[in-house]
Amino acid sequence: MRTSATITRPPTPVAIRMRRLVSLALVHAVLIGGAVFMLLPFVFMLTSAIKPPGEIFEATFRLWPRQFYGWQNFESALSTAPLLRFLLNGLIVCGGILVVQLLVAIPCAYALAKLKFPGRPILFSLVLLGLCIPVQAPSLPLYIAFAELGILNTYLSMMMPFFLSVFAIFLFRQFFKSYPDEIIQAARLDGVGEFEIVWRIVVPSAWPAIAAFSIFSVVAHWNDLYWPLIVVSDTKLATPPLGMMYFADSELGSNYGALAAGATIITAPLVIAFLIARRHFIAGITMTGIK
Amino acid sequence: MAGLTLRGIRKTFGDTAVLNDIDLDIADGEFLTLVGPSGCGKSTLLRIIAGLESQDSGSVSIGGTSVDHLRPHERRIAMVFQNYALYPHMSVFDNIALPLTMTRLNLFERLPLMRHLSLRRRRIMNEIAREVRAVAEQLRIESFFHRRPGQLSGGQRQRVALGRAMVRHPQAFLMDEPLSNLDAKLRVHMRGELTELHARLGATMIYVTHDQIEAMTMSDRLAVMDHGDILQLGTPADVYERPATTAVAQFIGSPAINLFQARVGPGGQVELLGRTLPIEVRNAPTPELTVGVRPEAMRIGGGPCAVTCRFRRRENLGSECILHFDLVASPEVAVLCRVDNGIPIPEGEVPLAFEPRDCHVFDNNGRRIEVESRNAAGRDLRRASEVR
Repeated sequence: MRTSATITRPPTPVAIRMRRLVSLALVHAVLIGGAVFMLLPFVFMLTSAIKPPGEIFEATFRLWPRQFYGWQNFESALSTAPLLRFLLNGLIVCGGILVVQLLVAIPCAYALAKLKFPGRPILFSLVLLGLCIPVQAPSLPLYIAFAELGILNTYLSMMMPFFLSVFAIFLFRQFFKSYPDEIIQAARLDGVGEFEIVWRIVVPSAWPAIAAFSIFSVVAHWNDLYWPLIVVSDTKLATPPLGMMYFADSELGSNYGALAAGATIITAPLVIAFLIARRHFIAGITMTGIK
Repeated sequence: MAGLTLRGIRKTFGDTAVLNDIDLDIADGEFLTLVGPSGCGKSTLLRIIAGLESQDSGSVSIGGTSVDHLRPHERRIAMVFQNYALYPHMSVFDNIALPLTMTRLNLFERLPLMRHLSLRRRRIMNEIAREVRAVAEQLRIESFFHRRPGQLSGGQRQRVALGRAMVRHPQAFLMDEPLSNLDAKLRVHMRGELTELHARLGATMIYVTHDQIEAMTMSDRLAVMDHGDILQLGTPADVYERPATTAVAQFIGSPAINLFQARVGPGGQVELLGRTLPIEVRNAPTPELTVGVRPEAMRIGGGPCAVTCRFRRRENLGSECILHFDLVASPEVAVLCRVDNGIPIPEGEVPLAFEPRDCHVFDNNGRRIEVESRNAAGRDLRRASEVR
C-alpha cells in the first residue's frame, strides 16, 4: 500500500520541467548529429574553396584558412572552365524540362482526378507502373532513337526523356483529387471550358504542389550526370555536373581549391533557390495527398 | 425567365435507381422546393436540370425548348451550391464578373498578357463592372469587392454566390441546400432575404433542401421526394393539411405526426384501439388503416376521439411545449402533443383528444384515403377536405 502511494504521488513542477528539458536535449542532439553529418562535406567544399593548395591536405582541419585564397581559387575556376556557360546550360535544360513537365502533367493529372472516362483506372495504373521504371532502363533504346533522329548533342536530347513525368502526374492527381467538385461544376455552369478550368481555376490553388514538384524536378535534373553524359559530348552544351567532370580531369585536375570553388558556384543557385522557396516547398509537401 | 418541364426523368447509379420517372412542371417565376430526406434523389434531379449530370432517359425543357443536348452553361441557368463554390483565388468582384467575362470576351482577350492589347476588352470590362456593381448593390456586398472568399463570413459568401448567379440573368435559379452551412440565426435571416429576392426578381427558382421549415416558409409549391419518387406536389398548406402518404405526413410538420394503427369497422367506421371514431371511409382497399393526428391537433382531455396515454416527459420550447406520451394500449408507440406552456403537466394516464377533422387516414400501403367526418353533434356529414 505504501509503495503504491509513493508511486502515484504527482511529480513536482521541477521534475516535470527537468524531464521536458532532458527529452528536448536528446531530440536536438540527434537532429544536430544528423545535420552535422550531412552538412560536413558541404562545409569542407566551402572551406576548401578559400584555402591555398597547401592548406587543403593538412592533417588538421581548420574552418577558416590561415591565408585567404578565395579570390585566386574562384578566379582560376572561372577562367579555366566556362562555368557561367555551364550554369546557363543547366538553366536552359532544367527550365525546359520543368515547363514542359508542368504543361503536360497538369492537364493529365486533372483528367485522371476529375473527369470520368472509360479506361481511367487503367491509365492511372499505368502511371503508377511508370513510377517503378528507373531512367536507366530505357536509356539504350532512347539513345538509339535520338541517334536515328540526329538530335544527339542538342539541348532537346537532354530534355526530351523527362518531358513526361509520371511522378508529376501522380503528385498533381493526388492534389487535384481533394479540389472541391462544386467549384469545377460552378465553373462549367459559368461557361469556363475544361482547359480554362485547369489553368484559371484549379492551378492557382495548386501553387504549393507546383512549387514542391518544381524543386524536386530542378534538383534532380540540375544534379543529373547520367543522361547528359550519354547524349552530350560537346562541352559547350554541358550541364554543371558534366562540365565539372570534364574539367576535373583536365585543366583543374590537380587544383583542388579551384575545383571546390567551381563546385561552390554550380551548387549555389540551387541552394539560394531552395532558401527562397523553402516555405512553399514545405507547405507543398505537407499539403499534397501523400501522407 | 422561363418555366421548366421535366418528362420521365430516370437515373440509376450502378444498380441503384436514384430517380424513377420524374414528371414535373415548374411555372415561370415559381419558387419550387424539392424536399426530402438525404439520398432521396433531389440533388441529382437538380444536377440533371443543370446539365451537370445526364439522365438515363427522359427530357428537360426550359422555356418550352429541350435542353438535353446543351452543355451546362448553354442552358442559361445559374446554380448556388451548399458550400458556395466560390473561386478561392479570385476577389469577390472577379467571382461575380467571371460568368460575364467568359461569355463576352473571346479567348484572346482572356489570356493573361495578351489581354492588354485589346481595346475592345476595356470597353467590355467597363460594361461588366457596371453590371457587377448593380448586382452587388442589391445584395449589399460592394464594400468587400476586393476581398477573397476566404476572408468573408458564411453569410457574405452566400451573398456573393447569389450575386454570381444573378449577374447572368439566368432563365432559372437552381439552389442546392444554400442555407445549410449557415448558423441557425443567419439561416432564418437569409430565408427572408431569399424570399424577398424571389419576389423582387420574379425569377423561376428551384430550391433543394432537407429542411422542411425552409420548404414550408419559402415555396410557392413543394415537391416531397423519397426514394427517387415525387410523393406529393402541392402548395405548403396543401401538403401539410392533406399529406398524400404517411411518408409525407411524417416528413412535413414538426414535431412529426402521431400515427396509430386502426381498422375499418362495419359500415365503414374507423375503429381506433377498440373505440369507434365518428369518421367513415369508403372504398378502403384493406381493413387495416393508419390514422395520423398532428401533435398540435391533440389536447389533454376526453371526447369522442381520444386515446389513453401515459405521460413521460416534457420539452420546453419557450412559448409552447411538447409533451411526450406512450400509448397505454401499446407502450412502444410514442405520442406527442404540442400545447401552450401554461397548462399543468399531467401525471400518470390521461386521455388525449382530437377532432375528427384533424384525422388523416391512410391505407396499409400508406396512401391517403378521403374520409367523411361527422361533427361532434353528429348532424352533419361533410368531406373532411371541405371543412377547411
